[in-house]
Amino acid sequence: MVETYPIEVTVNGRRRALEVAGHHSLLDVIRDDLGLTGAKECCLVGECGACTVLVDGRTVDSCLVLAVEVDGAEVTTVEGLAADGELAPIQRAFLDKGAVQCGFCIPGQLISAHAFLAEHEHPSLAEVQEGMAGNLCRCACYQQITDAILAVPEGER
Amino acid sequence: MHTFAYARPTSLAEAVALLEAHGPDARVLAGGTDLIVRLRDGSATPAVVIDVKRIAELRPGIRETDGWVAIGATTVMTDVAADPLVRRHFPALAEAAAVVGSVQIRNRATIAGNICNASPAADTAPPLLVHGAVVVAEGPGGTRRLSVDELFVRSGVTTLARGELVTAIELPIPAQRIASAHVRRTRRRGHDLASVTLTCGVDAAGVTRIAYGSVGPRAALVTDETGVLADPAATDEAKAAILEAVFAGASPSPRSMRAGPEYRLAMLRVLGRRALAAAIERLAAGE
Repeated sequence: MVETYPIEVTVNGRRRALEVAGHHSLLDVIRDDLGLTGAKECCLVGECGACTVLVDGRTVDSCLVLAVEVDGAEVTTVEGLAADGELAPIQRAFLDKGAVQCGFCIPGQLISAHAFLAEHEHPSLAEVQEGMAGNLCRCACYQQITDAILAVPEGER
Repeated sequence: MHTFAYARPTSLAEAVALLEAHGPDARVLAGGTDLIVRLRDGSATPAVVIDVKRIAELRPGIRETDGWVAIGATTVMTDVAADPLVRRHFPALAEAAAVVGSVQIRNRATIAGNICNASPAADTAPPLLVHGAVVVAEGPGGTRRLSVDELFVRSGVTTLARGELVTAIELPIPAQRIASAHVRRTRRRGHDLASVTLTCGVDAAGVTRIAYGSVGPRAALVTDETGVLADPAATDEAKAAILEAVFAGASPSPRSMRAGPEYRLAMLRVLGRRALAAAIERLAAGE
């Protein structure tokens, strides 16, 4: 018998009341219950960052958070970055720099990059590399990804 | 993932009662960056998972009172690393917190979780040992304070009794400043467990404290009161002899996948010298 728990969570600005199993991760719930499939299931141990989302403004590996833990929190997934049909500046920069090959890691990369730029007005290359160390790219687009992050215009960070 | 009942106590008394009732069948959930991996791979199979993040007494935050800096049990690494009090008085702790995992891990992993897991590779263990940190534990018998040194037994095992949980970690602000530096060796910079993790602290009286982990079943603290290590004018030879004694207790496992014992022992000496030099420099610079 799997126990379920009621939670209320705001996902990409929309308030949701959900019934979640205690052992389901936040990643399970945003993908399977909410149908938001941007965040990816990959390593499941917090190494790769493909499942990165924001919880109350901070990046987390959603595979290492239980859904029931985010009761009352605000969650932002990659689907929530664009506003009113307009790509976020970091999304435009990834497109401009060709920072995508297979695309699997990109939702996590975008969320991490977005959060990183919100906290670093004038980042150095070393700071970008350190800040993005929790997001792996198997296609090794690191050069283009760091270029994209550094290319976001200052006023749009 | 393994199934379990999820409990979210809002008071300390409730949490202690749950822990006491379930004993080894319960696991405490703080940041979850270790526990959730273990729930998934089956190496932890608790009947009850007790989420302690809504307990007022364990709330995150770092406060100074009566010559001590108290870090709430659920304070995450990101906040420990950025805290002005920690950076001023315990620089090695800020440095260690800043290199735990990745940004995502540091936004979630708590300082109490790091030491309660009692991983030999825990990066905050060496600076907490060097700075004489005390663990505040609440249990069925009331509140108990024990040093971090008294907490560790071996990998995954602490001296916390059934029903006890850590509510805060407190560090004394020393009358005589301890200038400290944390260094580590990993396979990959930015996100990895330490192959060697080490903190050195020196004070103006010439006392040197060195704590190191990931080279034995638990992090170890050694104090040198000869004054030789802290003396900027002492020869490398004189220091090397004392450092050999400091590291005599290291016994890295031959079974670890991260690095072989010979490599770890060699790097322990390199890191020891580096951290000592950095600490001496900081002491001189008044940092």
